[in-house]
Amino acid sequence: MKFTEEHEWLDDVDGIVTVGITAHAAEQLGDIVFVELPDPGASVSKDDEIVVIESVKAASDILAPIDGEIVEVNEAIVEDPAKVNEDPEGEAWFFKIRPEDVSQMDDLMDEKEYKEFIG
Amino acid sequence: MTPAEGITISGSRTEGASNGPKRPSDAGRDIPVRDRAMSDLKRTGLYELHVELGARMVPFAGWEMPVQYPLGVMKEHLHTRAAAGLFDVSHMGQVILRCPPEALEALVPVDVAGLAEGRQRYGLFTDESGGILDDLMIANRGDHLFLVVNAAMAERDIAHLREHLGDAVEPVTNRALLALQGPKAEETLARIAPGVAEMRFMDVAVIPSDFGDLWVSRSGYTGEDGYEISVEETNADPLARAILAHDAVETIGLGARDSLRLEAGLCLYGTDIDTTTTPVEADLGWAIQKVRRTERTDFPGADVILDQLANGAPRKRVGLLPEGRAPMRAGTVLYADETDADPIGTITSGAFGPSIEGPMSMGYLPADRATPGTTVYGDVRGKRRPATVTPLPFRPATYKR
Repeated sequence: MKFTEEHEWLDDVDGIVTVGITAHAAEQLGDIVFVELPDPGASVSKDDEIVVIESVKAASDILAPIDGEIVEVNEAIVEDPAKVNEDPEGEAWFFKIRPEDVSQMDDLMDEKEYKEFIG
Repeated sequence: MTPAEGITISGSRTEGASNGPKRPSDAGRDIPVRDRAMSDLKRTGLYELHVELGARMVPFAGWEMPVQYPLGVMKEHLHTRAAAGLFDVSHMGQVILRCPPEALEALVPVDVAGLAEGRQRYGLFTDESGGILDDLMIANRGDHLFLVVNAAMAERDIAHLREHLGDAVEPVTNRALLALQGPKAEETLARIAPGVAEMRFMDVAVIPSDFGDLWVSRSGYTGEDGYEISVEETNADPLARAILAHDAVETIGLGARDSLRLEAGLCLYGTDIDTTTTPVEADLGWAIQKVRRTERTDFPGADVILDQLANGAPRKRVGLLPEGRAPMRAGTVLYADETDADPIGTITSGAFGPSIEGPMSMGYLPADRATPGTTVYGDVRGKRRPATVTPLPFRPATYKR
């Protein structure tokens, strides 16, 4: 598992990377009421704004953590955004991306570094 | 998510709403930007209790206030509607006025002289151009009036009152203000202050208790039955703990207070109403009783306001239900259709309504677009999304009249 400074987690399983937001982020955002996901098949570049989350407090963007192609999105969290608060690092993943350049993930934090980051 | 919370997912982009209120205002619609040191902020008599209960404290209108507790905004909101919620509203201004009721009528377009003893009424301070300087509660307590004004406006309101009423104005500085709201409010408070059960909506009374004299009104700002309770500051903490000892009661922060008032169709000063909106535009004409329209018409801005009451105002505050689940937040620009370049209005408050289970907004539209059922389009992140003009409140009030 890798982590970004934008509070995303990335889980690389056989070349397909599942992306979601961390429990810390979900807790800080508060109750999530709306999620908008990218279209499967879309090509995205690192730092593109590809997901919108609205919590009871405000809207936030989630940026593409790496370049690649979106291969699948989690419609279940669009139907029931509260799932993101319930299980952010499990069932409530956001999208799966096929990386264009796996080495982009090398710069990301591991779990220990992320824990230190959120301190 | 805002920088105020110490975490940013790529940067919050909520239109207007998340960058702190445009003006000082008195509720938790926004999570205010942490723009000054917490040490500059005033603390209420319940500060220790908030911290003990795990509240997230934020600066609000010069006070350090709880925006939410561990329960979270959504559950706090729903709990208030299902049982009872306790709110610390001590930041609001409490003022005693020792003058004849008519004297206040020079500043408000409200029938104060006709307000019976033991009764309270919603009111507005207006300015010479018909704009709203603040909204407030006015209670007749026999030999004096008791006012509750918005926190951010309190200083200005008191100066405004003193300019016209001089020494009659006595700010109350040693009392906290709690609100207990929801269907279980009555049975909970009645165990502490017998007598409150007999009160009806907008009654006020002084009720002796173990916590000293409580100045109680049967009112609030959530659309629920409930009470506002003014208590000596030294007794505020024990009173709050006594109320919280009842299983039905949870503490509720400014976040849920905002979604509750918005579902109830109630205005937030500085956001939905201000000096650029008249009472008629804000659809608050009901607060101007007939006698102030026909006889005692000497109030600030009367020429503008009376003309609008007779002939209509060019724009009107409306409720809007956005299609889908995406909230249309404050600042969202409204258009007549999907392509027209010219805006016709703006959203002033917008959030997700936990009880109505969907997004809800309030905003201003031209009078000819303000009819319920009209579809308008809000620009949300560059996409025009439809929203339907809807009668307010979004959720009917449950006041005990």
